[in-house]
Amino acid sequence: MSTELHDLGVAALGQALASRQVSATELAGTLLARQAALDSQCGPSSLGAYLAVDAEATLAQARRADQRRADGESGPLLGVPIAHKDIFVTRDWPTTAGSKMLAGYRSPFDATVVERLAAAGTVTLGKLNCDEFAMGSSNEHSAFFPARNPWDLSRIPGGSSGGSAVAVAARLAPAATGTDTGGSIRQPAAFCGITGIKPTYGVCSRYGMVAFASSLDQAGVMARSAEDCALLLGAMSGFDERDATSAERPPQDYRAQMLAPRDGASASRPLAGLRIGLPAEFFPPALAADVNGALRGALAALEKLGATLVDVSLPRTALAIPVYYVIAPAEASSNLSRFDGVRYGHRAEPHGDLMDLYKKSRSEGFGPEVQRRIVIGTYVLSHGYYDAYYLQAQKLRRMIADDFSRCFAERCDVIAGPVAPSVAWKIGERSDDPVQDYLADIFTLPASLAGLPGMSVPAGFGEAGLPVGLQLIGRHFAEGQLLHVAHALQQATDWHLRSPK
Amino acid sequence: MSLTPSEVVRLAHLARLQPTPAEQQALLATLNGFFDHHVAPMGAVDTTGVEPLYTPLAAVQAMPLRLREDAVTEVVDRNANQASAPAVQDGLYLVPRVIE
Amino acid sequence: MNTLAQAQAPLQAPPIRGWEVVIGLETHAQLSTASKIFSGAATRFGAAPNTQACAVDLALPGTLPVMNKGAVERAIVFGLAVGARIAPQSVFARKNYFYPDLPKGYQISQYEVPVVQGGRVEFMLDGHRRSVRLTRAHLEEDAGKSLHEDFAGCSGIDLNRAGTPLLEIVSEPDMRSSAEAVEYARALHTLVVWLGICDGNMQEGSFRCDANVSVRRPGAPFGTRREIKNLNSFRFLQQAIDSEIQWQIDRLEDGLSIEQATVLFDPDSGETRAMRSKEDAQDYRYFPDPDLPPLAIAPDWIDRVRATMPEMPGAMAERFQRDDGLPAYDAAMMTTSRAQARCYEALRAACGAPKLAANWLMGDVAKKLNAAGLDIEHMPVPVAVLGALIRRVADGVVSHNGARSLFDLLWAGDSGHDVDALIESRGLKQMNDTSALQAIVDSVIASNAKSVDEFRAGKDKAFNALVGQVMKASQGKANPAQAGDLLRKALGAG
Repeated sequence: MSTELHDLGVAALGQALASRQVSATELAGTLLARQAALDSQCGPSSLGAYLAVDAEATLAQARRADQRRADGESGPLLGVPIAHKDIFVTRDWPTTAGSKMLAGYRSPFDATVVERLAAAGTVTLGKLNCDEFAMGSSNEHSAFFPARNPWDLSRIPGGSSGGSAVAVAARLAPAATGTDTGGSIRQPAAFCGITGIKPTYGVCSRYGMVAFASSLDQAGVMARSAEDCALLLGAMSGFDERDATSAERPPQDYRAQMLAPRDGASASRPLAGLRIGLPAEFFPPALAADVNGALRGALAALEKLGATLVDVSLPRTALAIPVYYVIAPAEASSNLSRFDGVRYGHRAEPHGDLMDLYKKSRSEGFGPEVQRRIVIGTYVLSHGYYDAYYLQAQKLRRMIADDFSRCFAERCDVIAGPVAPSVAWKIGERSDDPVQDYLADIFTLPASLAGLPGMSVPAGFGEAGLPVGLQLIGRHFAEGQLLHVAHALQQATDWHLRSPK
Repeated sequence: MSLTPSEVVRLAHLARLQPTPAEQQALLATLNGFFDHHVAPMGAVDTTGVEPLYTPLAAVQAMPLRLREDAVTEVVDRNANQASAPAVQDGLYLVPRVIE
Repeated sequence: MNTLAQAQAPLQAPPIRGWEVVIGLETHAQLSTASKIFSGAATRFGAAPNTQACAVDLALPGTLPVMNKGAVERAIVFGLAVGARIAPQSVFARKNYFYPDLPKGYQISQYEVPVVQGGRVEFMLDGHRRSVRLTRAHLEEDAGKSLHEDFAGCSGIDLNRAGTPLLEIVSEPDMRSSAEAVEYARALHTLVVWLGICDGNMQEGSFRCDANVSVRRPGAPFGTRREIKNLNSFRFLQQAIDSEIQWQIDRLEDGLSIEQATVLFDPDSGETRAMRSKEDAQDYRYFPDPDLPPLAIAPDWIDRVRATMPEMPGAMAERFQRDDGLPAYDAAMMTTSRAQARCYEALRAACGAPKLAANWLMGDVAKKLNAAGLDIEHMPVPVAVLGALIRRVADGVVSHNGARSLFDLLWAGDSGHDVDALIESRGLKQMNDTSALQAIVDSVIASNAKSVDEFRAGKDKAFNALVGQVMKASQGKANPAQAGDLLRKALGAG
């Protein structure tokens, strides 16, 4: 294994920094240089990971981290460089949410997640590309330029946290924050062969996350191992009084939970007694054979580690698509009303009267996918349609959540399955029919609707050597258990250590 | 349950968007396709007696609204807040004259 | 006095040009919290533009609302005061529309499940008891303000007010005249100030009424109503409703129909006119706000609030009538505010003469306060001192007129506060020595034969002249009532 700095994960870097093998300033400088060399931000060979880079701001943070260490501070994240999805507002970098609507916007405050990671000593490398306002599954809907899958630059990295996945997979950053509303961490993690976790709804504060769908949005981590995810999640999560939907729970040591041996487990069978449910609906005929094959390999590995595979059913899986694509656009249509060209963001010039200001600014500032979802959302909330669409969807949502509860109560401890029906597709391949993208979200949407934690763990490769991700879904607040399972798998396999090129 | 072109116009107006006629047509086609094929099955499910789930954790625990003590905790930095404002004068945001 | 049933039945107001008027009021009361309903910014009036609008109030990307406990508490206080039901769970909903003073592009309000349900407001109208039902009261956030002058064809938006907590109080359409609507509004205003939940400052926009007005032929179903928005004085409220009534009647009598509309009142022309921006039908697309789980109010919270509620003005007025013997009008005047009631009770305790105390407060004190632009809490004469003065009047030590001139001195402030010393030094002590007074009466009768004869002939004015002579002869020190008694006796008039 290479011992290049950029190949080291968060845990290893934390140790290298602690033992003073490298300083935060040197480390940040190395990664900034690598980013400048590899990701020139335009053209068909560029990765398109970053939307904003400010070397001076990064190095200033790095110097502060070094100073804190000199002053006697320590910690596993002190001086560790990471990057933030451009959905999180930051004072020292612009925040665009991948949209022309916010080009150049400077937030006067940092997102809570950003604040907490900075308090733990992380150093920000820059802001990462994403689908506009987190709406999309390919990062093709970024207003600026697409991000590209490092395993095959002609393919999508997934979305909406595409830039985050690319940065980690291409070793531009050891880890990145992402957001997941309907799969936007899990799916790009799967497509790029990295590890991603979307915690239970309410575990991470949404304060400072540009809102897409308020009852679904969650912040999470994308990194190269479960251990790295655990370290970052521990620092960025926890109750925040500025978010009324923030779960009031004591701080969690996810790394300790990840490492703690389970009852009845042994060193060779760490997952003994663990029942892993495989929903029949997650393995339909439409699931690509190469994905199915890779998953079966990963599941076999889990069995070898002692887990028991159990057949379960989530009968309303298919309904997750209309339910999500009614609720999320509805909430988004309202959340995006604040972008009106009055107090911040794009204002069309010239403009006529107030109505013209609104319509021009919003039509110019929002891309087609965002406008599409706003119209859908406006429709399902409008008078005469609310009951049939929005209200019905929220009722079905409860039924979908109840299906999970029943599974976990009666049949299994963790649910496993694919993240996506296929490996990453080619850029531009699905541009004509946006609905196709919606349908491909089928496996990630249900856990989002129920607010359950979900992970994507590298599980081998499919056609053309493209990565496949295994999805793990747990009970509410069972992040520790998911990380434990992922960690066990990663101790026994090496898919998560592979890198492109 | 098909949307008509005039409904698309009305929805766009409600959302303060102005799609071109071509964009309106594309929207109409996509929306109708999506609603007719993928959303319609939702209507066939019997949900009598089921309470809507507006926030996911409410399915597993009581989620009363958390309240904050009534206290002034914000010191407003108007300049920082208005740094990205398109048009400001004397601290006021400027917009075309609002006629009531 | 009418019964409760009579008070609750619709007012039998005389028809206007043959039409019956139906009025409902929606009132927005700004709650007197220190911070905003969803953020920790201050709510104080009059700050420089946008210096009290924090990130949440400005709807900057990524901001979220967090509910102010003080706003909820004030809603509970109101609900208890009007005998309403406090919802154990109520829901916040987004009301979506675009306007520059509405930063999020939606207002967080309550739609299907408000925090306060039902209730009633009671008040007096022309000496009769009236009772108007409330449909509901709910919590919501106020919008900012648009300033239209001096910006070269632009409007300037100030969001300091955005996020101020409002209690929207909705009445049933129980009112049948503009006078009744105004008395309801006044009673509601007194109530929210009394409860300490709203400062009631109408010039500053703390208390604003929207009036829903329709007309119908007696016995017919309700007509189409128009809504007159943002009336911030009782005078405008009355004028606007009266103007709207005439407009609607004119239109209907011309054979035209009334379209539902939102209208503004123009104080200069005295007329109502439809608002431009509300002409298209608004679809607010209400849905429960996913950022705010439902508000839970447990019975023990309600009990705690109930235990700290002040005595209501109606109950207090009844107590003054019952225990102090005050007439209904005086009792009502003594309960227009808690400060007034406090002053009255302190004064009554100091002087032991409730009716006199009330008279003084309604008369001389009120006159001086109005002239100086002061409220009762800032009266320059301490209550104990005024009480002592009134006591001297009650005891007959000083005449009413004498007391008034003393009050002038006390108010001015540079003669000290020793009432008895001032009475002495100003020589205002009334003569109470009956025998001395008798002597004067006898002497006046003897020297004013003409007046005596006129009085005996039936001219009452002559009596007053005789009293005047007694006062003059005693250099104003006689107690006029006593003088009158003695004169009557001496003249043989019963």
